[in-house]
Amino acid sequence: MSAPDDVQPPRVRRQPTRRNLELLLLVFAWGLGVLGILQVTWATGETAGDSLWITAAVVAALSLAMHVVVRWKARYADPVMLPVATLLTILGLVMIYRIDVAAASRAELNGNPPPTPDVYSQLTWFTVAVILFISVLVLLRDHRILQRYTYTFGLAGLILLVLPLAPVIGTTVNGATLWIRLGGFSFQPAELAKILLTVFFAGYLVEKRDSLALVRTKVVGIGLPRVKDLGPILIAWLVSLGVLIFETDLGTSLLFFGLFVTMLYIATQRRSWLILGGLLFAAGAVLAYYLFGHVRLRVTVWLDPWAYADDSGYQIVQSLFGLANGGILGAGLGQGFPNLVPFANTDFIVAALGEELGLTGLVAMLLLYAVLIERGLRTAVSVRDPFGQLLAAGLSITVALQVFVIIGGVTRLIPLTGLTTPFLSYGGSSLIANWIIVALLLRVSDRARRPEVMTPSPDDAVTQVVRRT
Amino acid sequence: MNRPIRRIAVVLTILLLALLVNITVIQVVLAGDYRERPGNQRILLEEYGRERGPILVGPNPVARSIETGDTLKFLRVYSDGPLYAPVTGFYSLVYGATGLERTENRILTGRSSLFVVDRIEQLFAGRQPVGGAVTTTLDARAQKAAFNGLQGKRGAVVAIEPSTGRILASVQMPSFDPNLLSSHDPAAIRDYYASLEEDPNKPLLNRPIVALNPPGSTFKLITAAAALASGRYTPESLLPGPRTYQLPLSTKKLRNWNGQACTPSGMITLREALAVSCNTAFAWLGNDLGDDALRQQAALMGFDTSFQIPLRAAQSVFPEDPDLPQTAMAAIGQFDVRATALQMAMVAAAIGNAGRTMDPYLVQEIRGPDLAIVQTTDPAAFADAMTPVHAAQLAEMMVNAVENGTGGNAQIPGVRVAGKTGTAQTGNDNPAVAWFVAFAPAQDPQVAVAVMVEDAGAPEVSGNQLAAPIARAVIQAVLR
Repeated sequence: MSAPDDVQPPRVRRQPTRRNLELLLLVFAWGLGVLGILQVTWATGETAGDSLWITAAVVAALSLAMHVVVRWKARYADPVMLPVATLLTILGLVMIYRIDVAAASRAELNGNPPPTPDVYSQLTWFTVAVILFISVLVLLRDHRILQRYTYTFGLAGLILLVLPLAPVIGTTVNGATLWIRLGGFSFQPAELAKILLTVFFAGYLVEKRDSLALVRTKVVGIGLPRVKDLGPILIAWLVSLGVLIFETDLGTSLLFFGLFVTMLYIATQRRSWLILGGLLFAAGAVLAYYLFGHVRLRVTVWLDPWAYADDSGYQIVQSLFGLANGGILGAGLGQGFPNLVPFANTDFIVAALGEELGLTGLVAMLLLYAVLIERGLRTAVSVRDPFGQLLAAGLSITVALQVFVIIGGVTRLIPLTGLTTPFLSYGGSSLIANWIIVALLLRVSDRARRPEVMTPSPDDAVTQVVRRT
Repeated sequence: MNRPIRRIAVVLTILLLALLVNITVIQVVLAGDYRERPGNQRILLEEYGRERGPILVGPNPVARSIETGDTLKFLRVYSDGPLYAPVTGFYSLVYGATGLERTENRILTGRSSLFVVDRIEQLFAGRQPVGGAVTTTLDARAQKAAFNGLQGKRGAVVAIEPSTGRILASVQMPSFDPNLLSSHDPAAIRDYYASLEEDPNKPLLNRPIVALNPPGSTFKLITAAAALASGRYTPESLLPGPRTYQLPLSTKKLRNWNGQACTPSGMITLREALAVSCNTAFAWLGNDLGDDALRQQAALMGFDTSFQIPLRAAQSVFPEDPDLPQTAMAAIGQFDVRATALQMAMVAAAIGNAGRTMDPYLVQEIRGPDLAIVQTTDPAAFADAMTPVHAAQLAEMMVNAVENGTGGNAQIPGVRVAGKTGTAQTGNDNPAVAWFVAFAPAQDPQVAVAVMVEDAGAPEVSGNQLAAPIARAVIQAVLR
């Protein structure tokens, strides 16, 4: 709720901003990161050279810059989301550095030239992400402005989604066509598309939710939507299938359809959409299983990775070995063998973290995500306008689904699909997209927690509105 | 729209719980199973990634780990590999570990609970655990003397400090080079191992503590000890020592090794019988004492017990239920009596230690990664096998055997050596095994030694010819 109940007698609505708490948590996150880097250097015998201290200083400067901008432009925003996202990013930087060290020592053993460390390019991407984060907060004074461009965002999102299929710039990496290459840079447009489409879904559903919530017939107590309202969900389903078929990107496909159906449910409050979505998903899954070898392979490997330990199951088996090696307390930063898992610093960064920080570290990390998502959903519940509600809920759910799909895949809870781990994974598109999400959530939460009227009026009506929604 | 959002939050919480349960199952419940799965290189990399502690003889490492700059970070190297192989064993990628490398693995890897303080330190400093050091009881000079003595032969030597049970030497011939089994080249390891396996001389057999042979006339020490213990005999007691001994209930006759009577009169004192190794007298004595008395005396000196030193030694045996002719044969160390070199060294050591058998041991102390001593082995008595008076009498009889009897080659000027020769048939066609057991100096024994040489050739003198000089060299090495 927006207002604390223990308001003092004059009934002046003074919302605490809690910006100092945010600063304190940021300092804490940064300190943890420095300790992590130092532990890696101690354990691996690397020297903590100037470049590491410069990195730490840059991270401190970036965090501080974000904090100052939040103080300036969104002073009522939630104080926890920024530190949590920063801590996750820092954790990712530490782990990427640690894997760099492992890769360098391996190259040295084999007499190869040392590979370019990834940690500095990740730091560069973080800088870009922070610039975009700041831009969003500075340029976007109110999230409701986005609602005006609903269909523009929808179109742009769709284009970004299919962009990897475009001739010249589209690139296929590791079997999935989800990259575009422009100049020297490669980018995963789906990461940005998920934000644009969330905005689109929110705007579109706010507009159409009344008709989509209409019930014509009831079957066993569940109201079914009208046939002519089935259009949007079918289109979303087809687009997801298209992504799966033409880009062979299981994760993104799953993410979009799940996001759309969940937002549809939230907008209409009709469970029938969830059921319909579930049925369509099941149909799509069965169809994909029988039609596409790569989907079948994923499922087969998931069911018995040990039988494919040397080829298609190699990653997941190595991931499980790493997690097992970590045990409860972990091998300790710098003391495991995270580089035995392919793609240790992107898709499988959770396996690397689980090996070196153990179950303890993974639980802490999952709880960080849980806090972030919970704060996002809390923002959705407390903001007053429906567009803001849907936007905040949608963005939070994107992060949640992505975390579940990738971590579930890496730990063999569900079949493995290629998705990045938000904030942690090495990769610019993902980092930038997730930081834009944080900026948008902060923008909405600033609106949600900001006192509606600064004058000391009783203002019971506003309170009632808050309670009703 | 708040209700559906809250419901979604509940669903997301369930997904979070599913993830938490799943990682707990993997990292806690199934972790052990995953760690042991074939194809998991982590365990190997971990073992070879930490610096394994050294095995020391005195202050010098005979097995240590050196950094390679390889994927497997540390290589195990053995200085004087074949010399210490029966003690150190090997540490192989392909065949696992043997010897102290195996029994002291937790110490050497640093995982022992003895190092709990170091491990907590390492946990906080984030350092790889470093192994502890194992100091053996071996005496490098004794070990080398025995090794040189056995050159060109097939056999084993064990030397023990009588007052403590410390093993001063444990040598086998032929031996193997643990360096070649502990390399990082699996193909080469397999080749070398196969060649050792095919070798008819069985170099991989830990001869000093595992090879069981009939002890022959050295067993007469136990028969003599049993005779003294019975109270019916003194060293001066007269025994019949004719040219042949008619085995009871049998048509067979037992002969002395030279085919002669032990004395012209046919009667011989116990002392002289031991000195000249009179078979007929001891066979008669064995039947007079009975197999139970012999077995009991043997057991007090370590027979029928399996010792862990901490390497597991083979159990030396005295036959369970021999008839009279078998008892007569057992009394002179034939029939089904089997003993290791370690066992016969223990017999000599017990006599030298005023009749008290000590537990033999190979590990003197355990040192932490910082080389501070964390554990020292205290000597422990195994049994009181003889009274000090009887032990002193038997020791004098053994000195007589060296100075005036069959063990002349063990004589050392200025040192009173107590010893006993032996030669045993291992079967009708098999070549004999030559033995010599001794301790010195007789009045204050510093070392007891048993030398066993296989494939020795028939005559009784081979114990004196082949084995005694090696025993003498080991004694000299210790006393120097």
